[in-house]
Amino acid sequence: MGKLLVQQKQIVVPGEVLAEGMDYLPGDGTFRDKNQIVANILGLVNLKGRLIKLIPLAGKYKPKRDDLVIGRVTDIVSKGWVVDINCAYPAMITLRDATADFIPKDADLSRYFNIGDYVIARITRVTSQNLIDLSMRGPMLKKLEGGRLIKINPTKVPRVIGKKASMINLIKEKTDCQILVGQNGLIWLNGDPKGEILAVNAILKIERESHLSGLTEEIEKFIDEGLKAI
Amino acid sequence: MSNANRTFKQHLIKNLDSNVRYDLRKKLEFRDVKVELGVVAKAEGSCKVTIGDTIVIAGTKLAIEEPYPDRPEEGSFSVNTELLPLSSPDFETGPPGIEAIEISRVVDRTLREGKAVDFKKLLIKKGEAAWIIFIDIVSINDDGNLLDAACMAALGALLNTEFPKVNKDGTIDYKTKSGKKLLVESMPLLVTVYKIGRHLFLDPIRAEEQFIDARLSVGTLEDGTICALQKGGDAPLTLEEIDQMIDIATKQAKELRKLFKGGGKGGKGKK
Amino acid sequence: MAYTKRHNGRKFDETREIVAKVGVIKNADGSAYYRQGDTEAYAAVYGPRQLYPSFLKDPSKGRIRCYYNMLPFSGMGDRVRPGPSRRSKEISLVTEKAFQPVINLEEFPNTVVDVFIELTQTDAGSRCAGICAASMALADAGIPMKDLVVAVSVGKVGKRLLVDLDYEEEAYEDEPVADMPIAILPRTREITLLQMDGQITKKEIMDAIKLGEKAIQKIYNIQKEALRAKFANGGRDVKRK
Repeated sequence: MGKLLVQQKQIVVPGEVLAEGMDYLPGDGTFRDKNQIVANILGLVNLKGRLIKLIPLAGKYKPKRDDLVIGRVTDIVSKGWVVDINCAYPAMITLRDATADFIPKDADLSRYFNIGDYVIARITRVTSQNLIDLSMRGPMLKKLEGGRLIKINPTKVPRVIGKKASMINLIKEKTDCQILVGQNGLIWLNGDPKGEILAVNAILKIERESHLSGLTEEIEKFIDEGLKAI
Repeated sequence: MSNANRTFKQHLIKNLDSNVRYDLRKKLEFRDVKVELGVVAKAEGSCKVTIGDTIVIAGTKLAIEEPYPDRPEEGSFSVNTELLPLSSPDFETGPPGIEAIEISRVVDRTLREGKAVDFKKLLIKKGEAAWIIFIDIVSINDDGNLLDAACMAALGALLNTEFPKVNKDGTIDYKTKSGKKLLVESMPLLVTVYKIGRHLFLDPIRAEEQFIDARLSVGTLEDGTICALQKGGDAPLTLEEIDQMIDIATKQAKELRKLFKGGGKGGKGKK
Repeated sequence: MAYTKRHNGRKFDETREIVAKVGVIKNADGSAYYRQGDTEAYAAVYGPRQLYPSFLKDPSKGRIRCYYNMLPFSGMGDRVRPGPSRRSKEISLVTEKAFQPVINLEEFPNTVVDVFIELTQTDAGSRCAGICAASMALADAGIPMKDLVVAVSVGKVGKRLLVDLDYEEEAYEDEPVADMPIAILPRTREITLLQMDGQITKKEIMDAIKLGEKAIQKIYNIQKEALRAKFANGGRDVKRK
């Protein structure tokens, strides 16, 4: 008989044995070693029937196609722009994907994006060789101007966005602040100084308390109190 | 500076215009500062300074050396700073870079010219033996304003320094404390005033520090005497600004000095 | 004088007081603090990130690089000159090897994970403290790994086998001393670091490792608890006598 050794939502560390016997299946973040299923990362247990997987609690951003990310231009090469998107590998904006406009041959590429510029871009391709292509063609995709950037643990981004963007919309509306959330943990904010700080603190609070339930109500209360204090 | 960074900087200036910092502080408000003395049991003296998320540790080691020929009646100290790659992705392994060297030099100047230590009292035998104090400062986490943190940690380590026992043959018995503390004669502290646009402010976090135009580090003593200056950054400073910056730094140093309760001349730094 | 009682009043299989905390260096991707008696280590992990120079890249997996360093004021006696020494380079090497078998970086070819270990205080057992800190820091950085790594020194003073030697025991002059740092994977009981200096019999080696069992379990529990504490309660010290 197989034996389950952990509970739903339990925090486990690498090497911890999650189940014994052959009744359970190893999912993401776990591996099988003979008759044991073992944690391969620091994570939160997620049981689905016989499948045991771990939701990572830490770690660098893993690029996925169609993700919206915020990155910094680190180099200009003949093919386009190299962008640091806060993950293990650099990403690339090719000339074709940089703009809807035609870029003439021999154009000064720094006029489009210069080294040190920040952009919000969409990932169009991640190859098996870890080449990451970004596109700037699409609504919302642009060079970031003004405002400020903060960085959070990328694993907490889904909580900051919330179900159907409910959390982030709540923060935007209440603080009257423009906010762009990159799946890679970089967040851009631009607003009136006091509303903006309230939004930053709300996001950092979500990052710290993401494991707690009733977070939406908590954040609503936090912002309302903050607004009163201003 | 790239266009994006320029506009990010303008945004920060807009915040400063309404006297709000990126972390809600006012322009002349320091973060919470914690000073812990005696954190390294094996050192002769040590101090850990925490300013917000910035953490710096300083320690002293004592040695006996022959005095410099031109100063046969004096001991000395030497200040060294290591910006550890552990403390920031921007710091690399290898010998101290220019940033670390500047910190060492400015802290050295503040303590030396502020006469924190009377070198004559470090003499053991004229022309033959005197104490030398090695003050080593390391960064554990860099979230801005390492200069001020480094100087506070160095002063704290001096205040906490106790001489080891000296054997009959003149060697040091590091295991046995002599019970004699290093007498710290004055309380020189460095406070750096930073400038972005037309704004003067204190104690930046990294997110602010990356945009500074200029800075002025001011070393002061209890009575307001200035014992060291260092202007940094690319932009110039007007005389009016320097006037204000010195006042700001002097006032802030008085506040910070309170954290070293019981330190200073004849004091018994908390152990 | 025969060594029959420890100078510090500890039992022969007992460690010094241990304090552990995860997430102490905000700039790092993962970090930890670990203190055992008067030996104190900070570890910070950066990566996986781009590896330079490029010829060091391994196209089949990510690499791990460890840097062990004693701070100038960390030890009893003379100041430690800053910069790598032969000793610190060797310890960096064996530390790297202690993690090699558990680190799963197949997902991250051509990259590097840098582990910086800084000893702020040393009272023997510093490489073990460094490994314990680094192990928590790697997990905190979300690095895939098969197990945590637990390290402790075991050894012999006179005829007595003992665990977690402090400096005074390591330097005991009246009788011969053997000091044996080990690193072990708690789940599989495999050994990933083994060094010894002194003179000891094969049986004593096996017995000393067995004697370390209780300490290993205790350190492992402290590591787990410190990691959970960061994510469950926003981080707090985990302390145990």
